[in-house]
Amino acid sequence: MRALRVVGDVSHLPDYGFGPAALGWWGTLGFILIEGMAFVLGIGALFYLLPLQPAWPPASRPPDLLWGTLFTVVVVLSEIPNVLAGRAAKARDARGVRIGLLVAVFVGFLLAVIRGFEFGALNERWDHNAYGSIIWALMLMHTVHVATDVYDTCVLAALAFARPLDGRRFSDVEDNAAYWHFVLVTWLVLYALIYWLPRMLGHG
Amino acid sequence: MSSDHYAPTIQPAELADVEARLARTWADPPGFLGWLMTVDHKRIGRRYIVTAMVFFVLGGLLALAMRTQLARPESGLMGPDRYNQLFSMHGSTMMFLFAVPVMEAVAVYIVPLMAGTRNISFPRLNAFSYWIYLCGGVTIFVAFLLDIGPEAGWFAYVPLSSSAYSPGKRTDFWAQLITFTEVAALAVAVELVATILKQRAPGMTLGRMPLFLWAMLVTSFMVIFAMPAVMLASSFLISDRLVGTQFFNVAEGGDALLWQHLFWFFGHPEVYIIFIPALGMISTIVATFSRRPVFAYPYMVLALIATGFLAFGLWVHHMFATGLPHLGNSFYTAASITIALPSAVQIFAWIATIWSGRPRFATPLLFVIGFLAIFVLGGLTGVMVASVPLDLQLHDTYFVVAHFHYVLIGGAVFPLFGAFYYWFPKITGRLLDETLGKWNFWLFFVGFNVTFFPMHYLGLIGMPRRVYTYPPGLGWDLWNLVATIGAYLIAISALLFVFNVIRSLRSGARAGDDPWQAPDLEWATSSPPPPHNFTYLPIVQSAEPLWHSDEIPVVRGATGDKREVLLTSAVEAAPGIRWQMPEPSLWPLVSALALTVLFIWSVFSPWGVVWGAIPVAIALTFWFWPSKSEQSE
Repeated sequence: MRALRVVGDVSHLPDYGFGPAALGWWGTLGFILIEGMAFVLGIGALFYLLPLQPAWPPASRPPDLLWGTLFTVVVVLSEIPNVLAGRAAKARDARGVRIGLLVAVFVGFLLAVIRGFEFGALNERWDHNAYGSIIWALMLMHTVHVATDVYDTCVLAALAFARPLDGRRFSDVEDNAAYWHFVLVTWLVLYALIYWLPRMLGHG
Repeated sequence: MSSDHYAPTIQPAELADVEARLARTWADPPGFLGWLMTVDHKRIGRRYIVTAMVFFVLGGLLALAMRTQLARPESGLMGPDRYNQLFSMHGSTMMFLFAVPVMEAVAVYIVPLMAGTRNISFPRLNAFSYWIYLCGGVTIFVAFLLDIGPEAGWFAYVPLSSSAYSPGKRTDFWAQLITFTEVAALAVAVELVATILKQRAPGMTLGRMPLFLWAMLVTSFMVIFAMPAVMLASSFLISDRLVGTQFFNVAEGGDALLWQHLFWFFGHPEVYIIFIPALGMISTIVATFSRRPVFAYPYMVLALIATGFLAFGLWVHHMFATGLPHLGNSFYTAASITIALPSAVQIFAWIATIWSGRPRFATPLLFVIGFLAIFVLGGLTGVMVASVPLDLQLHDTYFVVAHFHYVLIGGAVFPLFGAFYYWFPKITGRLLDETLGKWNFWLFFVGFNVTFFPMHYLGLIGMPRRVYTYPPGLGWDLWNLVATIGAYLIAISALLFVFNVIRSLRSGARAGDDPWQAPDLEWATSSPPPPHNFTYLPIVQSAEPLWHSDEIPVVRGATGDKREVLLTSAVEAAPGIRWQMPEPSLWPLVSALALTVLFIWSVFSPWGVVWGAIPVAIALTFWFWPSKSEQSE
């Protein structure tokens, strides 16, 4: 074995951190890149299929605006508890984190219910034509993300009430808040494509 | 780092005490349960490598069966249906169960050691990745034995893979094999990015980072951006088959070429995902055995990154025969030829390194030189088929089979074997036998060329791919027989390797910490390394830390009773956080089993995705629920 020469001591370093300083942030970023790429390719498939149809939608009305728009409004508003929970986490404010997470869970369930109605108002079946297939696929992909993040928020909320919050849990809450931004931004793009693109193309 | 309260030397008593404490902290539970629960990147990396090599042997046996069938015209060994399954399984096994996993597996073992840290970034995700990979591989081989294995080729083109032409469940199992293996590969990719960017030893700036780490960083980003395409494609395919979506059905507005675009948007980067880790291995071996740093390091890094980018701009060259616009074809021809440039930069730099160094022609370097010869030939035929008129002539002939075996076996398998000879002593503590190694290399080199060189000619005289037999008198008989003889030579070489491994494990020469006098940090610890890798975390002051000093600079402080690693900044590698790593756990295995049930259920009913998600969610919750001992301060 080679000789060792001590040149420093790291015992004074903190044992948690926020954002890019911590590992959790990088894991979250990695999965956002993967899933973001899947959305980009799914949207690419939509634009690939679009010119192959006689009209867009080819045989139906575009999705009804009511539920999709309601979802969009609520998901934008959901950023309030989300950002508050993230900020409280960074300030190590346990009470703020608990309140923010609880409200986020409530809003998440509300979104899930609205999403259920959205599927009923798409006005096209997934197996009728390629248009129906791709909009159902994009909607399902996004719904899986909503479900995953709402469930994750539930688990974090349970943890926050089960025991005293430590630095690493605060860091997790901040990462969870960052992931919700991603779920929101992808939805804004999908909302435009699923609800407004057909109308822009003059078939609404 | 504070420099106030430490003594520069470590007394033997202190060293023994710290070593014992770390070994206790990082140990797995004993016995079989510990084997199932382990989150040690070395144990997982080892089993990942062994499993991938088992699939390599199985894929090789499938190839031998095909070559035996093709050894003579009108052979009655098997019919067309069995042959379809054989080449589909061979390609799928080699690409999804061997080539990508084995490269990531080597990285899972080596990257944390080379970076000077104690575990991979997300150890439980790493364990999960292995189990889901194993479950996927077992599933597809069980399906194959039950006669429901894939039959539409490793790229499963629609409409051949649609319900109309591939009824039953064969293609559905193929589609879920993709899901299994891509989940596993993506998980490792995220772990490697985080490990390489956040866990490098203090002082290992990006400019001092070993080329193998650069190669794995580029590869991991490529996995992240490429693999979603094939998961999306295979999900579209299985939903077309299972719930009647119309993505690929032309009659209802779908399109068959959408499949090819999505598949090759993954499929071409895939080739480089297999090849770039090999480039990292080559740079490592060339430096050590030439006893000098790799020539033109900054250009080597830029070449890796350039290859990573360009690899995403080539996929349409697999589709020249589909009738795409001329301008598009020209663009992809240009891109395909351009990617030869960064490869050439690296090849010239390696030659310069060997030339100007003091080379020792041990087995690892022999495999690298074998790589140079074979890969250059494969690269040249690549430039040939990048040209549209020639490609239209050669498309779907044995010329293409020859080309991609030259680039894949030459470009990846030869360096991989070199890497096995190189890192085997670190992993096992014993050296592989050099004499057997040289036999292993020469038999492989000769066998490879005897097998695949004649295929260039067979393709040029018109033999198509994926035919289960051929009539006599076309001029194909002799060269097919020669190719088959070569395939058996490769098999003998592989057997020799297995024999060498078993013999060396029992009675190989003891390796010691650093048998090759290598420059990188993995050689600064014992062979095999202890569960915690490094007793004192090392500091890096140059690009070849072990070449410039006999002493290893280290830090005190992360030596307590917690599983701590150091997180450093992404560029400068300045220390920032003592990060606690998770304990061993059974939940990654349980999660992988639950997800396996979901994937297999989904082959038979879409409700499998819904109901199967419940056990997965429960298992994941237990996985992430932190134990009391993991509280931070």
